[in-house]
Amino acid sequence: MVKKKIKRKTKTHSSAKEIYLDYSATTPTRKEVLVEALPYFTQKFGNPSSFHQTGLIAKNVLIDSRKRIAKILNCDEKEIIFTGSGTESINLALKGIAFKNMIKNNGKGIGTFITQKTEHHATLETLMWLTKFGFNVIQIDVNSEGILNLTQLENDLAKNKEEGMPVLLVSVMYANNEIGVIQPIEKIAEICHKYGTLLHSDGCQGAEYLPLDVKKLDVDMLTLNGSKVYGFKGTGLLFKKREILIEPLIHGGGHEYNLRAGTENIPGIVALAKALELAEKEKKKESARLKTLRDYMIKKIKKEIPKVILNGSVKDRLPNNVNFSFEGIEGESILLRLNEKGIRVSTGSACASQSLDPSHVLISIGLPHGLAHGSIRFSLGKDSTKQKIDYTIRELKESVKFLRMISPEWSNKNSWRNKGVVK
Amino acid sequence: MKIEGNDWFYTKEVKEHFMNPKNFLKNKLEISDFNAYGKVGNMKCGDVMELWLKIEKNKIKDVRWRTFGCASAIASTSAMSEMIKGMTLNKALKITASDIMAKLNGLPAIKVHCSVLGDQALREAIKDYEKKN
Repeated sequence: MVKKKIKRKTKTHSSAKEIYLDYSATTPTRKEVLVEALPYFTQKFGNPSSFHQTGLIAKNVLIDSRKRIAKILNCDEKEIIFTGSGTESINLALKGIAFKNMIKNNGKGIGTFITQKTEHHATLETLMWLTKFGFNVIQIDVNSEGILNLTQLENDLAKNKEEGMPVLLVSVMYANNEIGVIQPIEKIAEICHKYGTLLHSDGCQGAEYLPLDVKKLDVDMLTLNGSKVYGFKGTGLLFKKREILIEPLIHGGGHEYNLRAGTENIPGIVALAKALELAEKEKKKESARLKTLRDYMIKKIKKEIPKVILNGSVKDRLPNNVNFSFEGIEGESILLRLNEKGIRVSTGSACASQSLDPSHVLISIGLPHGLAHGSIRFSLGKDSTKQKIDYTIRELKESVKFLRMISPEWSNKNSWRNKGVVK
Repeated sequence: MKIEGNDWFYTKEVKEHFMNPKNFLKNKLEISDFNAYGKVGNMKCGDVMELWLKIEKNKIKDVRWRTFGCASAIASTSAMSEMIKGMTLNKALKITASDIMAKLNGLPAIKVHCSVLGDQALREAIKDYEKKN
């Protein structure tokens, strides 16, 4: 009896056809990555701080992984701090600078941080918290395509410098998690440095597809993580130029150059090194493949479904991001109907969030609430094929058609039966 | 409410009403048959609901609806439409959000405001009927 039950349960989870189009939420771990990391769970499990041989083996692989990643980032190995996630790296960069400032100022935060409106919550919430200590936070606007307003950034940097208090840090994401918009990081770095301000960039979404040479990007700090690059969840790193002084968030045994205490997650670090290496190696080819697929999908959705809006820049966009708003219907409903067909996507609708507000990213690019509620993000990845995209669009078309049929917001604005949707 | 361990965010009752909603307005021509109308909600909060009732001799003979919103909003309208068919107006006016929720075997706390819309639309429609008659 028990056996039967288990069998049935396994079946429902594995037999359904699944099309995963939520790679920006997280990626599966690649087989090559898992294979390389596995021995460090059971055989070479040592603590790098131990003096015996088991410990030294772990220490060596830690050094080796750091070297491998430093090569990809074109930086010194001492400039890489391993952390437990992208969110942690962002917290370390921002609070690390903030706490240093507060120590200098008898516990009070004095100075300004600049970020922009479509940042990830990890950045926005951290900076919001820092205002409690006295710091000032400026959020730069983005245009309707999602690109940061460079003039506004420069004006704010100039104003603060003139007042004798250069901005402490600018934090701008490399690419946006919802609409895939790529920010002009090199230009932003140039502007920041002109006014003596440091730049941190959250590179989690861009790492798989965009160049990671920190000298070329000219960033002072860069956040990356494993869960978006086919590595492990619970792994991340912060690149930080050696001369920049920050305070740690986690105190203890002096690990990671006294900046992040705690026994190193060796399997996760090995996985991160391998994942970033594979990404680097395949970047050009995989980006080109996904770009073709992305553009095919965008074109086909526009052709097959009336009254849709592509959110975010067409040109400066991650090769794996497709984000549409569907007039007259709500995103969570689309998501769940697609889910029933085995298609996994995400939405900027409030209904699928913990709050009652729709995506701050979509509101920031000027979308009215209705369209922000009606957004769906398809994020492509390694297993995405034209065939799967075709199936997805077929099911999407059906779901949109059905939901529009039962929606007052659609039916009242589009005369009955003659707009090609309700037949 | 059993959500944990499920591969679906809501209860199976919500899923059934969401995937196969009952009594929604298929054809606008049907409206001429109905004598009460209510509309509640707004786009800012992300839920809009329209309800048509056919009321005869103080009883709800038939019902149609349209909803813009998430799965729980659609499912709760559908569930309510089944509940009120055949009900007297007095009884229908007593329907609360928790009655609708019970019919769906529960909703996540954050979603409750969606089902509240169903009973509000019902009251609006009955008010409309009473105004006309």
